[in-house]
Amino acid sequence: MSNILEVNKVVKQYGDYTALNEVSLTVPKGSIYGLLGPNGAGKTSLIRIINQITMPDGGDVILDGEKLKPEHVAVIGYMPEERGLYKTMKVGEQCLYLAQLKGLSKQEAKQQLDYWFERLEIQGWWNKKIQELSKGMAQKIQFVVTVLHKPKLLILDEPFSGFDPVNANLIKDEIIELNKQGTSVIFSTHRMESVEEMCDYIALIHKSNKLIEGKLIDVKKKFRSNSYEVGILSDNIEGLMYDLSQKFTLSQTDFKSLNDELKLEINLGNATPNDLLNTLVQRGQVTHFVEKIPSMNDIFIKTVSEK
Amino acid sequence: MSKTLLIIKREFVAKVRNKSFIVMTFLSPLLFVAIGVFVGYLSTMKAELKTIAIHDETGRFVNEFKTDQEYKYVDLSQVDLKTLKDSIVSESYEGLLIIPKLDDNAKLQKGIQYVSNDSPSVSFTEDLEDIIAKKITAENFQKAGLDTLKINNAKADVSIYLEKASGEQALKGLNEIKIIIGGAFGYLIMMFIILYGNMVMRSVIEEKTSRIIEVIISSVKPFQLMMGKIIGTSLAGILQFLIWAVLGLSAMFILSGMLGVHMGASGAAGAQAVEAAQHSGSDIQMYIKELWNLPIATILISFIIYFIGGYFLYSSFYASIGAAVDNETDSQQFLLPIIMPLILGVYIGFFTVMNDPHGTIATVFSMIPLTSPIVMMMRIPFGVPTWQIIVSMLILFGTFLGVVWFAAKIYRVGILMYGKKPSWKELAKWLRY
Repeated sequence: MSNILEVNKVVKQYGDYTALNEVSLTVPKGSIYGLLGPNGAGKTSLIRIINQITMPDGGDVILDGEKLKPEHVAVIGYMPEERGLYKTMKVGEQCLYLAQLKGLSKQEAKQQLDYWFERLEIQGWWNKKIQELSKGMAQKIQFVVTVLHKPKLLILDEPFSGFDPVNANLIKDEIIELNKQGTSVIFSTHRMESVEEMCDYIALIHKSNKLIEGKLIDVKKKFRSNSYEVGILSDNIEGLMYDLSQKFTLSQTDFKSLNDELKLEINLGNATPNDLLNTLVQRGQVTHFVEKIPSMNDIFIKTVSEK
Repeated sequence: MSKTLLIIKREFVAKVRNKSFIVMTFLSPLLFVAIGVFVGYLSTMKAELKTIAIHDETGRFVNEFKTDQEYKYVDLSQVDLKTLKDSIVSESYEGLLIIPKLDDNAKLQKGIQYVSNDSPSVSFTEDLEDIIAKKITAENFQKAGLDTLKINNAKADVSIYLEKASGEQALKGLNEIKIIIGGAFGYLIMMFIILYGNMVMRSVIEEKTSRIIEVIISSVKPFQLMMGKIIGTSLAGILQFLIWAVLGLSAMFILSGMLGVHMGASGAAGAQAVEAAQHSGSDIQMYIKELWNLPIATILISFIIYFIGGYFLYSSFYASIGAAVDNETDSQQFLLPIIMPLILGVYIGFFTVMNDPHGTIATVFSMIPLTSPIVMMMRIPFGVPTWQIIVSMLILFGTFLGVVWFAAKIYRVGILMYGKKPSWKELAKWLRY
């Protein structure tokens, strides 16, 4: 079994409103999977179904080869977008309680807690109440609570919101470390940089439907426009422009460089990169030649606004 | 440990550790005692002496009015009316009684006046009327040539001897004692339901507003959470009552030891027994015996069962209300229909059960699950057939199962809904999600 999670044609309706319309996903084991979509797309509905907080009206969910059942809550770690802890409960007691609810024994929970508190350097917080902690500190506790029971599948809804850059980085490293140890991670986020940086796979949900799914790199290939960013130093700019416009579509662009060169974005159409290079080298000194890779942000906006 | 047990434990500990719980538990008995002492002190305080001026033109009545602790009567028949009325306005006297000079008693009856700034109390007016009427009656007897002595001797004073079918002597005022005992238990149930139902609701709202709810229900079923919360809170309540019971009992022992009061007189028999004791010494023993003859075991067992049943039933309502709203202010519109039957139960208990403990109304309301814990508790001291109690309990717990099913549905949907105050219509819609 190579998939940790398979979602098959899941339907969820609230009255007349369809929150999920036959959505299917496949999350390979050991991957970091980005679940993307604008607000109200149905991400949270889907995540709640995976967590068995709500039941689907149709379709099914297979977790690690088995149909979803109540015992599975012990192998999933879930951090909701709306973070929450008991404000008046002490940190240590609260973590123990939540870990025990996930099925850990008290001793196991304590061991794990000691490990994580030491790792995140928060040993002194055991007897503090949540309301005495800052928002960022509470987020750390929330993360610990999510991973305490060594879940096979980690579901994180906007994991970096509320963290300062230092702590966000710390948590990011922890997530990557857990992933290396074999934990599969599902990420729901708007922050496209972190998707580019961390995800192997992505799915885009929009208006209750899944629009894109696949390896990040495959998705990007699908959205490549065959355009190149070119920088060239030339004495005869007019001649160069004439040559280029005969064969390609051009537009002015800008990128950082140390030279005062002509910067162009060139769409190859049916030509090959070598055709372009040949044309360029005849007219001047090429300083920059890079394929324009669509960013996740571009893909997201393009897909969402098309529909 | 099962998850529900964990939740029960957490809820219990959270409630018991709460400062307000500790304060409530130890302060409210003190407060009760303080209020009792205060009321007692007030009732021993003498009222201010009021002076009543009497202007008796006939001269026949003025001596009938005897000054007592509350009222002082002054004979001002010689002073003219105008001056007297002015002195009333200037508040030198509380009131002025004017008896005009009319020879005909029939006319005199209607001709008497009382002038005052504040309207007099009903009992005071009645007292005045009584005194004058007695005098006039006596005069009428004389005029008619009747011998007042003979008439007085001919008056009979009837006091019916009460006996039960079993042959023992029955006591007057026992019904009052029974309603006091039943009422105390019924009232206790109502108080507990409102107090602790509210606690359940607040705790649900707290989980909702702190947003921990989603973390919890990704680990446990909403139903487990709801039941754990209800049971945990009820255990905290039971602990509180146990502490009160222990405190109350030890206070009573200490007090009676200190004052050397006979336990029977100061204890459960209450005011009636004290009053009876003044009439005859043996009555008090009979009252105590009667009290022991009450179905004490039935009362206590039923109390616990109705207590649990009623509390569970109502706190499922409270829990689902807590889930439906975002803050306590929004809960008011849903709370009213819940508190109404409780209050109705207490009213029916005190008015209907007291007059007719086994009448149709009392019987019906002791079967309806929303009122049965209160009404039946008030009926039981009067002796209720066991089958009725059992049927009423079965209905109560059956209803609880049904209500919990509905409540769990609303709860399940409600805890994940934020931002808007739902209407009744919406709640009904949630049942179908």
